[in-house]
This record gives sequence, structure tokens and C-alpha cells, in this order.
Amino acid sequence: MTVAVLQFGGSNCDRDSVRALSHLGIDAERVWYENGLPENATGVLLPGGFSYGDYLRAGVMAARTPVIDAVCEAASEGIPVLGVCNGAQIGCEAGLTPGAFTVNRSARFQCERVHVRVETTESPWTRGYDEGDVLELPIAHGEGRFEADDDTHERLIEDDRILLRYCDAEGVVTDDANPNGSRDNVAGVVGEKRTTAVMMPHPERATLPDLGGTDGAVLLRGFGATSATV
Amino acid sequence: MTAYTATVTIRLKRGVLDPEAETTQQALERLGFELDDLRSTDRFEIDLDAENSEAARDRADEMAERLLANPTIHDYEVEVSGR
Repeated sequence: MTVAVLQFGGSNCDRDSVRALSHLGIDAERVWYENGLPENATGVLLPGGFSYGDYLRAGVMAARTPVIDAVCEAASEGIPVLGVCNGAQIGCEAGLTPGAFTVNRSARFQCERVHVRVETTESPWTRGYDEGDVLELPIAHGEGRFEADDDTHERLIEDDRILLRYCDAEGVVTDDANPNGSRDNVAGVVGEKRTTAVMMPHPERATLPDLGGTDGAVLLRGFGATSATV
Repeated sequence: MTAYTATVTIRLKRGVLDPEAETTQQALERLGFELDDLRSTDRFEIDLDAENSEAARDRADEMAERLLANPTIHDYEVEVSGR
């Protein structure tokens, strides 16, 4: 089994992601987008970065590449697909997940550690947690403000598809703890298939012990499927 | 075939926060200008050949739907003129 970490021009978290997954004993390899999705891919990680220089809108150019059609097909078959940061922007632009990530409320790029609360455990990414668990994860984005119209937002809540919400260290969801102005503090959402998800925080930057925190490891273990590591 | 220019204007939906526009407005106010509000838009001018203006409009519409605009946050309009 191999998790394909898709690399576009401007991706910059692809190596980190492979290293973090390898650390967890999950086989992963970088795949250049033009080479297509490998047939043996058992998961897809859309990594962070600045694909295509964020031209037009962050993630939209990568979302219109042929490999993403293959990713959407794989996602519909239930293969785990996770978009992180720029990968989350790509996922929303590709329609893998609803909503959109756009300019931070501050209009600035923000690179800091934040707290997020696990809002559902009904996903491979969060089944290793309890609902309400608080994680400390890094963010690094200029366009991470989650937006969704009222109907979409209500549907996400009804279907229990909000994965993570920004919160304070005690797990209280407050406006002060919302780093980018995301609607309802949403930091990550689940797709039509619960095996598809996107999130702005970087679990791969919180997996290796020498990086000062390993709260992201359990999220990435979602790629481990039935392995004993979950 | 006739030569047209299709102008696609894309703006944030009403109610969607526009931090860049707010920052721009503040900068204008710091320069001493008086204004009530400011909105920014993206405008694409697309030169194309089509059977008629309706066909040119349809193609530009599809371009907006599939790439130029994001329906979650954007409204857009298309204007077509001869070139």
C-alpha cells in the first residue's frame, strides 16, 4: 500500500508529508501530478504549498489538472483523500469538499500554532480521538478563512461533517480563538464520503517528535486504514 | 465567425468579507479621502471568435462557471461586445 502525495509546481509540504507518514510506518511517495495517480495508491494526500503561485485563487489551478479527476474518482470509491492547507484549498476548488477557503480576516499570512477541537470521530482521520479532544497544530496560510453559504453550512452540521473547529486551549470555541475569521470556526470538513477531508492546519508538521508536538500524528494515521497503528 | 470581446466581472457575494478591500479603504482614508465603502472586483477581457454574440456569451459563461469564479463566494456577470 502506498499513499500518493501529489506534487504540483509550487507544492512545498510534499517532502514533509512523506517523511511524517513514513515515521508512522505508512508507506508514502511523492507523485508528480503529470504522472497521474498510481494504480496502487491506497490513499491520496494533497499537500500544502503555493501551487501555481496561488494564481487566480489558491488551489484552483491545481484543482483543474487531470490528476484531480482521478483523485475525485478514487475519493468516490472510498480511498482516503486528505487535503492539507493548499491541499484543502485544492480540495474545495475541486468539489471534493463543500465551501471555499479565502483571504484571512486579517488580510495577512499567518504562521502560528493554534488549537482545534475534534468535532466528529466518524472519519478515518479522527476515529483515534474522542469528540471534544483538543489538538495543538501549526497553521501557515493567507487564505484559510472557510466560507460556505447558509444551506451548505446547515447541511454540514446536520450531516456531522465538520471535522475540526478552532478553539482555545480548553476546547472552547470562541471568536478570539478563530485565527482567520472562518465561518463557525471551521478548520476542516469532511466530504460526501467520510474518507475524504480537508483541513487548514498542518498535521504533518506536528508528527515528528523533534518538531515540538505530535498532535497531528493520529490524524495522519487515518491513512493506515486497518493497520494496527490506528 | 465574428470577433468579440467578452468581459467577465467577478465580485464577492454581498455579505462575504473582503479584507483586502477593507485594507484598501483604510489606506485611502489615511490619505485623507472621504468614502463610504469600497468593493474590489476581478475583470477578465476575453477575445474570442463565435457564430454570434449569444454563442460568445455562452462560452464566457462556461469559463466563469468552470474556472474564473467560485460560486461559493462569487457572483459574476458577462458583457459581450464586437471587436
